[in-house]
Formats: sequence, structure tokens, C-alpha cells
Amino acid sequence: MITLENESEKISIANVTRRSFLQGALSASAFVLAVGKSPLLVSAARTGAPAAAGALSIDATVFHPGVFLGIQPDGTVLIVSHRTEMGNGVRTSLPRILADELDADWSRVKVIQGDADERYGSQDTDGSHSVREFFEPLREAGATARLMLIRAAAQQWGVPESQCVADPVHVVSHRSSNRTLGYGELAAAAAKLPVPKREELKFKSPQEWRYIGKPAPGYDVTDVCAGKPLFGMDVRVDGMLYAAIAHPPVLGGKVKSVDDAATLKVKGVQKTIAIDPFKAPHAFQPLGGVAVIADNTWSAFKGRNQLKIEWDNGAHASYSSADYKKQLQETARQPGKAVKAIGDPDAEFAKGGKIIEAEYFAPHLAHASMEPPVAVADVRGDKVTVWSPTQNPVGVQEEVAKALGLKKEDITCHVTFLGGGFGRKSKPDYAVEAAVLSKKTGKPVKVVWSREDDIKFDYFHSVAAMYLKAAVDDKGMPKAWVQRSVFPPIGSTFDKDAVYSDEGEMSLGWNVIPFDVANFRSENGPATAHVRIGWLRSVANIYHAFAVQSFANELAYAANRDPYDYLMALIGPGRTVDAGQDAETAKKYPYDTARLRHVAELAAEKAEWGKRKPGNGWGMGIAVHRSFLTYVASVAEVVVDSNKSVLVRRVTTVVDAGIVANPDMVRSQFEGAAVFGTGLTRAGEITATNGVIDQSNFHDYRVARMNDAPAHIDVTIVESSAAPAGVGEPGVPPIAPAICNAIYAATGQRIRELPLTRNGLS
Amino acid sequence: MVRLKINGSARSFDGDPEMPLLWYLRDILGLTGTKFGCGMGLCGACTVLDNGKAIRSCSKQIGTVEGHEITTIEGISEHGPHSVQKAWAEVNVPQCGYCQPGQIMQAVSLLSSKPKPTDEDIDDGMSGNICRCGTYQRIRAAIKEAAKELA
Repeated sequence: MITLENESEKISIANVTRRSFLQGALSASAFVLAVGKSPLLVSAARTGAPAAAGALSIDATVFHPGVFLGIQPDGTVLIVSHRTEMGNGVRTSLPRILADELDADWSRVKVIQGDADERYGSQDTDGSHSVREFFEPLREAGATARLMLIRAAAQQWGVPESQCVADPVHVVSHRSSNRTLGYGELAAAAAKLPVPKREELKFKSPQEWRYIGKPAPGYDVTDVCAGKPLFGMDVRVDGMLYAAIAHPPVLGGKVKSVDDAATLKVKGVQKTIAIDPFKAPHAFQPLGGVAVIADNTWSAFKGRNQLKIEWDNGAHASYSSADYKKQLQETARQPGKAVKAIGDPDAEFAKGGKIIEAEYFAPHLAHASMEPPVAVADVRGDKVTVWSPTQNPVGVQEEVAKALGLKKEDITCHVTFLGGGFGRKSKPDYAVEAAVLSKKTGKPVKVVWSREDDIKFDYFHSVAAMYLKAAVDDKGMPKAWVQRSVFPPIGSTFDKDAVYSDEGEMSLGWNVIPFDVANFRSENGPATAHVRIGWLRSVANIYHAFAVQSFANELAYAANRDPYDYLMALIGPGRTVDAGQDAETAKKYPYDTARLRHVAELAAEKAEWGKRKPGNGWGMGIAVHRSFLTYVASVAEVVVDSNKSVLVRRVTTVVDAGIVANPDMVRSQFEGAAVFGTGLTRAGEITATNGVIDQSNFHDYRVARMNDAPAHIDVTIVESSAAPAGVGEPGVPPIAPAICNAIYAATGQRIRELPLTRNGLS
Repeated sequence: MVRLKINGSARSFDGDPEMPLLWYLRDILGLTGTKFGCGMGLCGACTVLDNGKAIRSCSKQIGTVEGHEITTIEGISEHGPHSVQKAWAEVNVPQCGYCQPGQIMQAVSLLSSKPKPTDEDIDDGMSGNICRCGTYQRIRAAIKEAAKELA
């Protein structure tokens, strides 16, 4: 029913015909493999209901033990990437984990994108957990299929299974008789075998890995460089209409009156449609407003510019950033809610002695992914198909179903490539807009957000005020440490009355101190949200690391010590610290300060810390931070010229993320994080006046460009056999404090408020 | 009626002459390799070649390119990948990849005027193109790689 101008088998945006439950009648029932944590993996497959359908499907292959791979008679191995590709490299790293354990030839692997489907387990591509959560399940899937292929060969040859090996690649061999059979040749026979139990599986040792830990180029790099239609913005469906939406300028605003006469005169505009305002809490609902429906994107934009709308702005029109900043800072000076306490810091403060205090402030940020939010939806009766760049495919199903009064199972969500996500595209409000408009027009509708929409109506990274206080001994080492942060919490998106952070945000660099301090307390103060608050790459770690790592640097200077030496003394000896993790996580991923020390030592060594005396506009700064279970140290080298212009000459980052699937992708994530961090440090700032966001596009919301990004970024990955940890986000938090500490070393100017543009620097 | 050449083929358009070239390429012709990023010529995602020189197609009304030869990412090389595309793959530049067609078009334009660009030339030539994933270091390396290949 739907054709596309450019068929791409990589994302199943073609030929949406719910493919038969299988030509491979060998399908579901017998060959189900419980992969992953979701109990649904088994039951859904047994009922033979493939939620995923597309040009290529695992369920249609001859041999598909489980939901993640299938093998064709010609030896082609299909592997599903069930998580979202947005530059994180998952379409390469995840399939290679499985292919490794399968001993598959990577050149004969086809990666297909999983639709929204609970059989896969979590598809929420945020929180830097794609590899860490699916490393074991994908290895298990590969090892299971490999064993079944070996068994099929052994049966065919009438030899003991123990004499057969999957070697050299993509074949099973019986060495003593010099016989081999290809995976394709064995697929049909393997499909008739019972799925082995986990205890029967033999996993490869790390020495035998052929793909894990080896650098590989992106699976899609050629198509990406060729400009193939891979992204949500590129989806074209026959008969599709285009929509641009005039959103309420203030959160919670409503249309009082609308005059669309001029709009309807614009060539290509068909009609305007009102979209209902949300019912609080806003969560992932559309903001409401007036949609302009047109024959093409340009007409929709042009028509929207001609709308004359009178808005009822509502209560959030009181929101102005300058006043709000004062409120946050005042709250941060008052005692807050205790989050974590060790010893008795108040008793230590009461003893008097040297007390050091500092306040820090960081503004809202917008995600500004290069591809603005966009989605296509086609509502046909009670069935809906959505094509969306989304980090949260099941969320798209849920939210569209809710908005249209349908069942989640009736919503098919095809996941396209994302032109950046950074957390914004976890929120499916724009896909819901497309679905609502498709229902109202009876046609497929593509909703395109302009850059102005994207920046003004984001789920913003929180603005935050922090207060820190330490009592130090005669050597300048802290005896007591209190830290308090105040920011409108993400919880406000889901509960309109939420003013305190939940445990989640506190676990992002606030409920733990990796320093050797006997008396510690972290606190959180209340703040009311007036814009939509969401998560952005590394989330609260950004402002928390900025405050803690800047304060540690201030203490070093107060103690008259080299900041690196002081930081190492502060971290103290290697030990496990309580990071408020659940028992399972704490066991698998203890917070080990020896690993934090190690990345700091290596970073200092690689950056040649201490070789040159700082001052006269040149300096280095160091910061360490553990987030998403990964230990990171960054050293920034800056030059500040007489015009107060800051050049970040070099960033040296050392990362210990445990086992890494694809070191080249990990390196690129940390290179990118250094740029992302530099951009937000320099000029990243979203403000509001009377509830309206002041910025609108890249001229007034500046992100890093080539000429103001770090001139060199040097990333070192620590070799480790520890469990895999996150890589997409943890590179960001150390960058701002490393740069600001470097600026202090270079100039003596202390940066307590981000971005640099607030400090007379550029 | 606007007549022009897109990737070597003659085309004509009798719609709104104010429509930016970007949306003509994407929505009318279905050439979606040229990306929408900002609509104000600030990010470079929409970069195409206009008579061989890089321009921002989001800010170029179709009515103003009558008779021009426009080249998009789909048309930069008839026989397999262009040297710049090959260098991009070699260095594994892309992360999300959305801005990369624009970056590649800008690099093709840069290399045609400066076949042996210095770091400064590259910074000057490429700083109008935003990559939010932050692949700048690899873009610089790939341009140098392509320069070698083209020399």
C-alpha cells in the first residue's frame, strides 16, 4: 500500500504489508530462544505474531533461533539492531557482538532495523546502555545458533558433535575428514533441532574474539556518505501531506482566536487544523496549537508564518530567566533535602577553622540535533503506521495509542536513522502530532519541525544552581564537604507538582563522593519547572560535575597545591565507594576509585601535565567523573588571548568503560563528547522572557563549530576485562570543568557560571 | 516557469518561485540527500553546488537559479563514490551522518578552490557546517586524505 521513491532495505520503510507469519513455516513455535530479560520474548514468539514486518525479516528466514538473527540458505545472516542508530554506532557494535559468538563472516551479515517490538527487550536508546545491557544476550543468541549449526553438521556427517568446530568462519568443519558445510547449507537442518539450554552453550574466550574489541567502520558509512534516504526527515509516503505547527509560545498556552485567511491563500496550503492542548502533566503529549496542512514543507512553513493567532499564555508566562536564577541561587543557600550523608559534616563545620564556599550556576540547554523532530504517520481505521526517528519506539506506540484511543498493538512503529538524538528523540510528542493529523485528514501526514520549533519547544536540559562548602585541615584537605543542587527536575514532565529531583537525577554525580572525605552530605532543593524539562546527553552530570570538579580545583589553589596532585590526594587510595547503586549493579559495577585514579594518571601523563608552567594566557585543567558506570578523565589545554577569546588547543581524554565492543566507535563518541562539551561551555544557554524562549536558531543558540571546537582531541581507551559500561554520554561531564579549570590556570579568572559568554569570554 | 539542471538533467518547475531550492530538491524531486537543518543558512546541512560552488540551498529561492547547474550529493560522482566520499568512509567520519552530505559538498567545493588546504583553510572553509555529533577532527583528517587522493 505504500511505496517509496527510494527503497531502502536497511530501514524497513518499504512495502508495509504485514508479511505472512512466515514463509519459513519453521518459524516461531519450535525455535524460540529466550534471549534477554523480557519474558515477552518467549511468549510473543510462540504465538507467532511478528510485530516487526518489512522488506527483510528475521521471522522469514529459514533458521531463526530467537528474535535477533536469522540465516538464509545462501548463507546470508540477518541480524537485528533493535536499538536506535543516532551516531552511537549501535547498528555496528551490537550485530558484531552476536556475529562474533556466531563465528559469522561480517561481510555476509545484513543488519536490519527492528521495529517497535517488546520481544526484543528494552529499545529505549538512552542512558548509554545499549552494549552493556545486550552484551550477554547477544552473545548468547550467537552461541546458541552456532551450537545448533554444529549439531546439524555432526548429525549430517554422523560424527560426534565434539569433533566439529565453527572454523575458520561461517562454516562448520570436521577436521579429521576434511569436510566443511556452510552456515547456509546447514540452516534448514539446524532449524529442526531443539534449542539448546544455556548450560550447553560454549562461549568464546576474549582471546578468541574476532570482532569484539576490534575497531570497525560503521556498517552504514557508505550509504550515509552517499546521502541515501535513511533518516526520518527522508521518509516519503505516497499521498503524504506535510504539516507545520504553530505551537503555543508559552508552555500550557491555548489558542484564543485564530485568523487563517492569509494562510489559506498561500499556494500549496490545504487547510488548518487545531491541535488540542495537553492535559497536565504534559509528559509526551503534543503541546497543542494550530497545524497548517500543505502539499510540501515549504508551503506549510510559509502558511504558518501567515497565521494570526491570539494566545492565552497561562501561568508560565511569569517565567523569566534572570529572576528565576536569583530564586534558584537563594534556594541553594538554604538547607535542602538530604540525599546522602556520611559522618557529621555539621559538627565539623561547628568546630570552626578554615571554611571554603562557592556557588555555581549552569543554564538550560537545548538538544539541537541536526535533524529537527519529524515523523510520518498513516492512520487507517484502527491501524496506524508511524515512521519516526525515535529513541523510544515502544513509547511511540504507547503515546499514539493513547492519543487516538487505540491499542498499542495496533500501532506499527518503523524506526528510521536519527539525525542526532541526545535525549530529545526519546520523547515522542512529534510522532503523536503526526498521528493526530493523519487521523483528522485521512491521509498520511509528515510533521516537520523547523529549527525554531526545535529550539523553542524542546524538553530542555535543566537550569541549575549549586552551592558547595568545605571545612579544610591545615594541609587544605577537606574534613567536611556539603553540596547542594537546585534545579527543576525531569520529574516535573510527568508530575506537575514535582519540585525535588528523584533518585535518578541524584545518581547522576550528586549522591556519591569519590573523594576521601570523612564527613559528607549532598542535598537537593526545590524548584518549579516552567518549561518542559528532559534529559540531554549525560543529563544532570553536566552541572554536577561542573560544580564538584570546579570546587575541587578551587580547594587545590586554596591549599596552594598543584591541581592534579591535589585531585589525586582528594581521590585517595583505591577503594569501593557507595554510589547508591542497586545491589545487582553494585556487584557488577562497583564504584572503584582505583579506576578513577588510573584514568586521571593516564590523562595527566598523556597531556604532559606539569611540563609547562601555566599563566600568561596558557593553562591546563583536569576533571574526572564517573557516569553511566564509566570512568573518565579529561585534561583541557587552553589559550586565552588579550581579547578574552578562548582557544581550546587540546582535549586529552582517558576512558575506562570496561570491555568495549568497537574501539573506533568509542573513540568517536568521546571525540564528539569533547566537542559537545566545549560547545555548551562556550556559549550554550537557553533563557526565557515572560515564558517565551529567547533563542531560536544557530545564530543565538550557538553550538560548537570546527573553528571553535578543540583543535585536537586525543582519546585513550583503557584496556579492561571489566563488564562493558556506557560510552555515549560519559565523555561530556568532565569537559566544562576541565576547560574552566584551565582558564583559571591561564588567567586567574574563576568561572562559576556557564557559559563562558556570561564571563566576558568568547 | 523556472528551468535549471539538477545533476545533469534538465528540470522545470512552475510552482512558487520563492520556494527554497532545498525544498524543491527534497519534496518535489525526492532528492533527500540534501538535508534541512536550520532554514537560515547557518548550519550547512543543505549545501549543494551551484555552478560548482557550495551554496546553502535552504536560503536560495528556486527563482534565482534559473539556468544554473545544481549538483547534489546524489550527483557528485557518476562512477562509484567520489574521492571525498571515499576519504570520509576511510576515516569513518560519520556518527549520526545527517550533516555529512552537506559537509561532503562543502569539502568538494573547498578542494576545488584549494587542492592542498592547510588547517586554517579547512577551518575557514568548513566552519559554516555544523556537526552536532562533533566529528570535526575526522572531517579535517578526511579532507587531507581526499586532497592526497585528488592530487
